[in-house]
Amino acid sequence: MHIISEVFAWLPDVQLAHFLILSAILFTLGLYGIVTRRNAILVLMGLELVLNAANLNLIAFARYGGLNLDGQVFAIFVIILAAAEAAIALAIILNIFNRFQTINVDEVSSLKE
Amino acid sequence: MDTFDIVFYAFAAITVLSAFVVVFSRNIMYAAFSLLFTFCGVAGLYVLLQADFLAVTQILIYVGGILVLLLFGVMLTNKVVSVDIKTGTLHTIPAMILAAIVLGSLAAVFYATWSTTPDPVASTTTTTKAIGELLMTSFVLPFEVASVILLAALVGAALMARRTRKP
Repeated sequence: MHIISEVFAWLPDVQLAHFLILSAILFTLGLYGIVTRRNAILVLMGLELVLNAANLNLIAFARYGGLNLDGQVFAIFVIILAAAEAAIALAIILNIFNRFQTINVDEVSSLKE
Repeated sequence: MDTFDIVFYAFAAITVLSAFVVVFSRNIMYAAFSLLFTFCGVAGLYVLLQADFLAVTQILIYVGGILVLLLFGVMLTNKVVSVDIKTGTLHTIPAMILAAIVLGSLAAVFYATWSTTPDPVASTTTTTKAIGELLMTSFVLPFEVASVILLAALVGAALMARRTRKP
């Protein structure tokens, strides 16, 4: 452990900003996935990344920013909504697949047959 | 540079690298399975932030529930045996510009606002009991609304995903 801490001694000590920057990176990756992916399920995965980034922010502020346990309770609600969203979205995607035989979001472009 | 920092950087590396694989991999299965590592890395970061209940909830719901659901979606909507499960990407250049702008502005705001951080709030007990008490006192209304939402999502998903009868 001492060797590791000596090798990586140039890294700054972890503070609130580290968690915030990490969640910003996660958010950006999720956003990029949402925008670029053709497959609807991969768009959903990007959405989960974005929600995780938001949760990480909430909990980091719960620890460092004086939000205390309220932040963690709010994060629980975010997780609940993410579960509901994933179930509904997958049901919709299955319906789209049954109708169009594809789930590429750029090919599903007709509202009515 | 103590143990806390080492563990943070390890989990951060796991999270970011596997998130990169999720976003950039051309194989859906690779993306889904590296999403597993992203969720576990975020759960480890929750533990570092002394949110033990949230970490367990993250693993239970995200890894055990949502990820399995996504895998079911992949299996049901791709003809795994016949067609390759590769996937394409759309307009990557504007997305890269957008992502760079968003990341730059977020990082700038975070760094400008929180470069000097307050000391962490001391917490010596586990959070499970306190969270339960909060859910039953201050957050009763959101708790009940969330339960209704979950019920509605359950019924709605079951109705929508049911195999429709041929007319």
